[in-house]
Amino acid sequence: MDSLASYFSMGGYAGYVWSAYAITAVVMVALALLTWRGLKGREQELKELQDIIPGRRGRSHDGVAEKG
Amino acid sequence: MHRFANPARFLRLASVIQPWTAAVTLLLIGAGLYFGLLVSPADYQQGETVRIMYVHVPAAWVAMAAYSCMAGASAVGLIWKHPLADLIAKSASPIGASFTFLCLVTGSLWGKPMWGTWWAWDARLTSMLILFFLYLGHMALLNAFDDPGRGMKAAAILALAGFVNVPVIKFSVDWWNTLHQPASVTRLGMPKIDPSMLLPLLLMGVGFTMFFVTVLLLRVRLEVLAAKIRAIRLTQIHGMPGADPSGEALG
Amino acid sequence: MSRLSEIIRRDLRLALRQGSDSVMVVTFFVLTVVLFPFGLGPETNLLERTSAGVLWVTALLASMLSLDRLFLADYEDGSLELLALTPTALELLVIGKVVAHWLTTGLPLMVAAPVLAVLLHMHADGFGTLLLTMLLGTPTLSLIGAMGAALVLGARRGGVLLSLLVLPLYVPVLILGVGAIDAAVQGLPADGLLLMLGGFLLGALPLAPWAAAAALRQALE
Repeated sequence: MDSLASYFSMGGYAGYVWSAYAITAVVMVALALLTWRGLKGREQELKELQDIIPGRRGRSHDGVAEKG
Repeated sequence: MHRFANPARFLRLASVIQPWTAAVTLLLIGAGLYFGLLVSPADYQQGETVRIMYVHVPAAWVAMAAYSCMAGASAVGLIWKHPLADLIAKSASPIGASFTFLCLVTGSLWGKPMWGTWWAWDARLTSMLILFFLYLGHMALLNAFDDPGRGMKAAAILALAGFVNVPVIKFSVDWWNTLHQPASVTRLGMPKIDPSMLLPLLLMGVGFTMFFVTVLLLRVRLEVLAAKIRAIRLTQIHGMPGADPSGEALG
Repeated sequence: MSRLSEIIRRDLRLALRQGSDSVMVVTFFVLTVVLFPFGLGPETNLLERTSAGVLWVTALLASMLSLDRLFLADYEDGSLELLALTPTALELLVIGKVVAHWLTTGLPLMVAAPVLAVLLHMHADGFGTLLLTMLLGTPTLSLIGAMGAALVLGARRGGVLLSLLVLPLYVPVLILGVGAIDAAVQGLPADGLLLMLGGFLLGALPLAPWAAAAALRQALE
């Protein structure tokens, strides 16, 4: 346990080393997650739009009316 | 609709290779963390803080590579008017800005124990700070227009102008730094690279690059879909292209 | 060439008729520089040491003041579209605008700078170099600024955006300009730095109008 504690203390620089890794992890994970969620959101939106307008041609006017 | 012919092929291709790039990213970064945090020794001068290098330096690499990618895509978009290239340039800049930010923050966290100060006007950090502003300008210009197409074109010109300027900025900042280098601040030199340090550095470097590729693909897919949605909405508002303009589209 | 002088004369006439631009830019320059002794304290040594930097930073900001209107008036009243239809290349139009902008802002700044340098106790050896750096540097500012102004045409909050785009690109001019003055004050040769400043101007001379013209074409599409 002692070696583990000394490992995590990073020679007294724990605050710097671990916060550098933590902020990198947070930014990278947030970037990936936000992009992923944005993509899923757009996919959903596109699906809804195409459901409203079957074939996307001819009935676009109804689509507007339904959307209100 | 030929505008989307090529992006459609891209969408298919991207969704096929994406799981692989994601897997490789996880593998490389996992291995990089293992070697960087557990196997590699502490530097005899910088102690354990040297481990910050394994995130700081790869972040700097990706920050610069993303700008080159952005400028290259902008050139392709301007010269060949390839719609996908514009979207790649648009998608690259937020990722590049994030990594520039990471490079600055981790550099600061490395500087505090090494220099005794959070920020030093070190040549590399200063160049990175200016790169960060270039990214911010690019992103702001992209979103400053009501017509997203116009924003992308203007941002493409800016990206190229910035790219031409980067070597001049880098040179002048380096020169300025050697002139004003205060004697008390020891330079944050790269530690002499030992093979045990090179391995995690390279693993993380390639891992970060693969992360960039993965997220870039995701973002380009997102932008392609957004453009499609915008096109559909426009036809809803203005009526179908080629349809009777006096139609009751808005009625 | 006659087209070019025509464009320059037209812009100068407009600037003179409105009359305020040059006066406003110089007033801003003088006022802001005069603020520095209040912020830093009137100590002669400190002011002397910081004078080159203060003058150049303030000059950067002052030269940006009138930038956002460089193409905006012509863009909004439609004359830019008419000018684009004439056989004159847009690049030439941009160069004409840049020359007019420099004559109405860069040149007045250059005239005002030595007076302010006296107020900041700049060392006598720095004056000649100060004028030279201004002569070589301010046209570059106008060139890069014209590109920025063309890029933000039609953008929301164009004025603020313009400073975000242009200021990072101004950094080399600032560093080289201040460096040359400091070198001259310390009795070191400044020719190399002045040459680099000139080189930057020569590089910007073809590239910036080209990029600005491309941006104008995008804006007019």
